[in-house]
Amino acid sequence: MQTTAAEKIFVKGNEAVAMAALEAGCRCYFGYPITPQSDIPEYLSRELPGLGGEFIQAESEIGAINMLLGASATGVRAMTSSSGPGISLKQEGISYMAGSELPGVIIDIMRAGPGLGGIDASQADYFQATRGGGHGGYRIIVLAPASVQEIYDLTMLAFDLSDIYRMPAMVLADSVIGQMKESVTPNSRPKTVLPPKEWVVRGRAEGTPQNVVKSLYLGDGEMEAFHWKMQARYQELADKESRWEEVQTADAELIVTAFGSTSRIAKTAISMAREAGMKVGLMRPITLFPFPKKAYAAISERCKLFLDIELSTGQMIDDVRLSVARDAEVAFYGRPPGAGSLPTPEELFEQIKKNYQACS
Amino acid sequence: MKQVFTRPESLKDVSTHFCPGCHHGSVHRLVAEALDEFGIRSRTIGVASVGCSVFLYGYFDIDVIESPHGRAPAVATGAKRARPDRIVFTYQGDGDLAAIGMSEIIHAANRGEDITVIFVNNTTYGMTGGQMAPTTLPGQKTSTSPYGRDVRKDGAPFKMAELLSNLDGVAFSARVALNSPKNVIQARKMIKTAFRYQVEKKGFSFIEALSACPTNWGMNPLDANQRVTDELIPYFPLGVYKNTANL
Repeated sequence: MQTTAAEKIFVKGNEAVAMAALEAGCRCYFGYPITPQSDIPEYLSRELPGLGGEFIQAESEIGAINMLLGASATGVRAMTSSSGPGISLKQEGISYMAGSELPGVIIDIMRAGPGLGGIDASQADYFQATRGGGHGGYRIIVLAPASVQEIYDLTMLAFDLSDIYRMPAMVLADSVIGQMKESVTPNSRPKTVLPPKEWVVRGRAEGTPQNVVKSLYLGDGEMEAFHWKMQARYQELADKESRWEEVQTADAELIVTAFGSTSRIAKTAISMAREAGMKVGLMRPITLFPFPKKAYAAISERCKLFLDIELSTGQMIDDVRLSVARDAEVAFYGRPPGAGSLPTPEELFEQIKKNYQACS
Repeated sequence: MKQVFTRPESLKDVSTHFCPGCHHGSVHRLVAEALDEFGIRSRTIGVASVGCSVFLYGYFDIDVIESPHGRAPAVATGAKRARPDRIVFTYQGDGDLAAIGMSEIIHAANRGEDITVIFVNNTTYGMTGGQMAPTTLPGQKTSTSPYGRDVRKDGAPFKMAELLSNLDGVAFSARVALNSPKNVIQARKMIKTAFRYQVEKKGFSFIEALSACPTNWGMNPLDANQRVTDELIPYFPLGVYKNTANL
């Protein structure tokens, strides 16, 4: 698909991911088929060879994440994508990448679970994504798009943040965002100043130090030092890269908080509430890790009632509660993932009304 | 005076952690000799696995990626595809390659990845203390087969050099041993051939090196060396199982 930068195109979220990855300079993709994200490997299997890139349909999700590890260790931009069951299998490799301070982009188009679950919209992998997911105690960057335009832009951002902070970055979207078609402006790759990758494994040329990409730390104090170093990096990430969207929060007496496609439905419900004279706003985290804690703390100084809405029985609500002021209340409306569980704007409007009346 | 025996440049001047009588050191040396001979040290990427082979970067003077247990062929695939002008090899033990990593090795070989795999088969999990491996011989006692490997329950040992030779993607597959001067000379030749195949971009090359593990076999180094002759080689015959140059 040939376009100029300004020309709008009409594409699926999954296709937008693939296009953004190519724009970001990703030339290595390793994946395994799983619904609802298979458009990503399909698109890249078509486009990468012509660009001199490498596409491998791996033998397994485990194979794919380890190919990503190997490619990334040599300094190139590389990506994999999957959904719940596949992301679970990738956790071993993600842990090793985190332990080896390797960048790399992982797209997670969530489906319902646990187990084989279903292919409907879900946000129940929030914990898996934001708590690291694998063994050993680590975090990865997690970006949560709410539109096809945003999944395009955040995929490119994921590559930049991953390179800058030397940790895996995940784009976490539900199947609505992955499968929905919307118009997108295919923006150019951001002109980000990236640190030189002096650590990469390329073959030890004469006069250069030996580079080793590893996660084994056996020496006295080495492992502990690694953890404190990463903790400081997570803090830097939170200070510099927290992203969120606020809609009509300035005068709000109730703030709805939601991420991904749920926030889109919530926006419509909030418009309905505003028309009915209720002062309701929206707080949407765009970075789930780092979670925009300071922004929540700030708005909870003036608004004391939050309504957290998720396509799960409640996961992000833990972070919301840990972030808001102590005297702020956080109500919850959740729909566990599965067929028919996507709430309507009217349904969310009812929830807003119920909570709004209770506070006034 | 002419110096006739030196340390290969690709090896660091350090002591290894390997037990007395272990053959890892010999395999390391032969791999290093091959890197020296082809002058490829500065463009070689080693992929270490989990087990006694994990400290590859401590002994080889090359860039190294440490991979999760069994995943070295997938990691090497990613590295080689990203940097096709580099020489990429994995160095794996039997538990790593033939148990937890069976899927990765089979598929990397079947894709004909242009990498070299050095597989050290000592019929046991060395690093974790001598448990039963996928190559443990029938009847062999280990810490998790205290009554001896029962092939009816545990299956028979995998013969990896033969198994991989059946895949079209494999260009070269050979089994060698390090327990006698004659075998070492042959092993040197085979390992060089394996790397030559990669230098010439001829595809996937595989070396299975039978190795002694005196510590976990409960033997002294000499008896362990003899066991390679008496028990391992009869079950795992030495030789070239696939050589596309001969096809």
